Amino acid sequence: MSAPTTPTGVSDIVHRKRRGAELFLLVLALAVGIGAYAAVGLGVEGELPGDMYGYSAWLAALAIGAHVVVRLTAPYADPVLLPVVTALNGLGLAMIYRWDLARETGYSTKQLTWTTLGVVLFAMVLLLLRDHRRLQAYTYTTGLAAIVLLLLPLAPGLGKTINGARIWIGIAGWSFQPGEVAKVLLVIAFAGYLVLHRDALALAGRRFIGIDLPRMRDLGPILLMWLISLGVLVLQRDLGSSLLFFGLFLVMLYVATERPGWLVVGSLMFVSGAALASQVYSHVQTRVEGWLDPFSDTDTYGQIVEGLYGMAWGGLVGRGLGQGDPWRIPFAYSDFIVAAVGEELGLTGLMALIILFGLIVERALRTALICRDGFGKLMATGFGIVFALQVFVVVGGVTKLIPLTGLTTPFMSHGGSSMIANWVVIGLLLRISDQVRRPLPDVRPLEMDDATQVVKLR
Amino acid sequence: MNTPIRRLAVACMVLFLALLLNASYVQYFQADELNDRSGNRRVLDAEFSRKRGPILVAGRQVAESVKSDDQFEYQRRYPTPFKYAHATGFYSYLYGFSAVESSQNQILSGSDPRLFVDRFLDMLSNSQPDGGQVSLTLDPRAQTAAFDGVQALGSGTEAAVVALEPSTGRILAMVSNPTYDPNLLASHDIAAVERSWRRLNDAPGNPLFNRAIQETYPPGSTFKLVTAAAALESGDYDPDTMVPGGAELDLPQSSATLPNSGGGTCGGEEVTLTRALEVSCNVAFGAIGLDLGDDALRETAEKFGFGSRYLQGIGGQAVSQFPSDIDQPQTALSAIGQFDVRASPLQMALVTATIANGGQGMVPYLVDEVRAPDLSVLEKTSPEELPDRALGASEANALTQMMVEVVDQGTGTTAQIPGIKVAGKTGTAQSSPERPPYAWFVSFAPADDPQVAVAVLVEDAGVERDLISGSGLAAPIAKAVMEAVIGQ
Repeated sequence: MSAPTTPTGVSDIVHRKRRGAELFLLVLALAVGIGAYAAVGLGVEGELPGDMYGYSAWLAALAIGAHVVVRLTAPYADPVLLPVVTALNGLGLAMIYRWDLARETGYSTKQLTWTTLGVVLFAMVLLLLRDHRRLQAYTYTTGLAAIVLLLLPLAPGLGKTINGARIWIGIAGWSFQPGEVAKVLLVIAFAGYLVLHRDALALAGRRFIGIDLPRMRDLGPILLMWLISLGVLVLQRDLGSSLLFFGLFLVMLYVATERPGWLVVGSLMFVSGAALASQVYSHVQTRVEGWLDPFSDTDTYGQIVEGLYGMAWGGLVGRGLGQGDPWRIPFAYSDFIVAAVGEELGLTGLMALIILFGLIVERALRTALICRDGFGKLMATGFGIVFALQVFVVVGGVTKLIPLTGLTTPFMSHGGSSMIANWVVIGLLLRISDQVRRPLPDVRPLEMDDATQVVKLR
Repeated sequence: MNTPIRRLAVACMVLFLALLLNASYVQYFQADELNDRSGNRRVLDAEFSRKRGPILVAGRQVAESVKSDDQFEYQRRYPTPFKYAHATGFYSYLYGFSAVESSQNQILSGSDPRLFVDRFLDMLSNSQPDGGQVSLTLDPRAQTAAFDGVQALGSGTEAAVVALEPSTGRILAMVSNPTYDPNLLASHDIAAVERSWRRLNDAPGNPLFNRAIQETYPPGSTFKLVTAAAALESGDYDPDTMVPGGAELDLPQSSATLPNSGGGTCGGEEVTLTRALEVSCNVAFGAIGLDLGDDALRETAEKFGFGSRYLQGIGGQAVSQFPSDIDQPQTALSAIGQFDVRASPLQMALVTATIANGGQGMVPYLVDEVRAPDLSVLEKTSPEELPDRALGASEANALTQMMVEVVDQGTGTTAQIPGIKVAGKTGTAQSSPERPPYAWFVSFAPADDPQVAVAVLVEDAGVERDLISGSGLAAPIAKAVMEAVIGQ
């Protein structure tokens, strides 16, 4: 907190590249992913998975490839993010493979394909986008694209309803959740808009019940963008994403304007909105009841009950990979993958997992702190908050801290859209952190040198 | 913009801290509770795959786990199913556990914390030790005598027998009939188990139900022992005190009268207390009840264990009751074990055992000792006294003599054992005209050095109404049980 900073918030610390550290951590992360994969095979079938070597080589190639791209295109980027994400992704793949073995499904192969695509997109972001500030030019384009993406599932013929939520589109047998990508685009759009209008939003306007309300023409466009996306999600019955977008917008507004009043107003709006929703929508009521007393009806709330049973069964150190019964938990390969980790790796494993996610958030916010431009600051904050809220909502839901709302666990849940969107986010974060950790170009002001002499005229 | 970002970082830390704390709560503090929930298939599957400890009676296994080659590694087996069903209980994948299988589940399944002593590594690896073994207090000869005695009345007979060791409270026999075969419920053939379960639940007489401890009945004349104890304790009565013995007793506050069961007198307008017990004189005990008052009766009954739950080693005990807020006619009826007095066979066995033990009741218990898989003793139950002494030693001695007279020349002659002094009391309780009366017999022997106290209840033996009596139906069973214990 008390690091020496100049009034602009730019640290005087000269950052090192730390690529060697990243490589070392990356090897550890690969050991986690590959080791978990091997342990699942040993635990379930008593032997190493048949494709052990091919799988390991593929995962290692992806990680090392990503590392090389970072080394070449973003040498000053944060060294912790890539290894953390690699470990999470590897562990997620192993848990999905575990489900496949128990239920004879083929999710892990699909997930590996999506992972590959995610890493490729991650590399493309770093290769093609050499300065994150260029994204600021596309503020309205990205905002519009986000809304179009969100609306896509409502399109007849294209959209699909899976498990009660119409948030999917299906093309040629592959399902895709455009909301995951919209999330990234919205962060960029919010950041671009807010950085331009932050002064107007913060200063111009009227004071009303102790809160400075901005002028409508400043707030209007972004409020509209936000309302549309929120409305669409409510129509699609996607509670988790509605919550995520709401929180994201509020937080970014707060950071941009430095007015805590927004948080107060927003929280009040959230509470009243949630109360209203729980009255109006039966599916919201079900979620709340399932949270208050899931054991009252173990058929309806079987998922959360089985998740709790699984975690209790795992105890402090877990049953061991491949040795628990996570296949009893419905959707233990996607929404409830955290419960599966809790069962097989125990409280120890689950805590490690939560801390890994915490590290991503911490790294994103740290990048935001030392960022020199407002746009990058807001974007990094936005991404950090997206991770924080997403992890809190999904892990909190599964462990019965808060009512359950469907959200994916970043880098772990089975699902392509979430996977590639999150890899792109990591690419963007690395791009920003490379920018901010890179030493400033050595531009000393020209001195009054010898060439300029005082010439006497007389 | 850095101040808000820093605050956000703190807020995020709080969120993640909440996640960590909540995960700890679920996986550590709440874990036992979640694991104990009946719908938790994980725990059940694991238990079914483990070698569950045996239940022993006098060193022989009455419940054991044997290797199985189906979906589970072990199969629970009950070698003497019907005789010990209500003591062992059943162990079913679908319908849970009962009796000792349930009350001692932690030991039998190996999840008891005492089995983890010095086995920290086991705890770390979540592996569980094998199940420990549970030895019951039952005496196989007493149990066999009780079981055979009840079966002799017909396999559908609704009856219960409880035998206690008066000086310790050990349960020597516990039989409830109709009984069932727990193997049918422990089977791994799920469909067959479902069929058996339905059949057992629809069966007449409810075989799954343990009449010996889980239900209370009107104790009838056997309750006169409690009334007599209260009389002797009051100091106003001794065995030779003259009490009313006429044909009927005028009940105060009403026009009703209380007659003797035969209709005649008890041998005169006034008889001794001993004689009154000998012939089970309703008029005499009704009068004593009125004289002592309902509070004195209730107090004595509670010292004998009415109104409390004391049974150890097995769950489901029904609490016996002496009614509260009663008027004088109701007091007179309660004094002879009618009206709303209710007692389980276990309770009447305890009353008898308490008199046999010089007036001090001992807490009845079914589990003798519990051993780890390596046979080291984890816990041995030591006899415990009931909180209050029911009556003094000399009063208990006097009451014993009175009970000996009952067997020698009173209503209980069918329980006589040659060469042994037996103390007993019959009872035939009417609950309603629609159903047959309950036949009771309680006794202990030898009277001068009691080794066994028995209570027998025959609820419905399918015999003619006129043939139902405590001495006719119940006493021979009690006799057989006493002989089995003393004969050793």
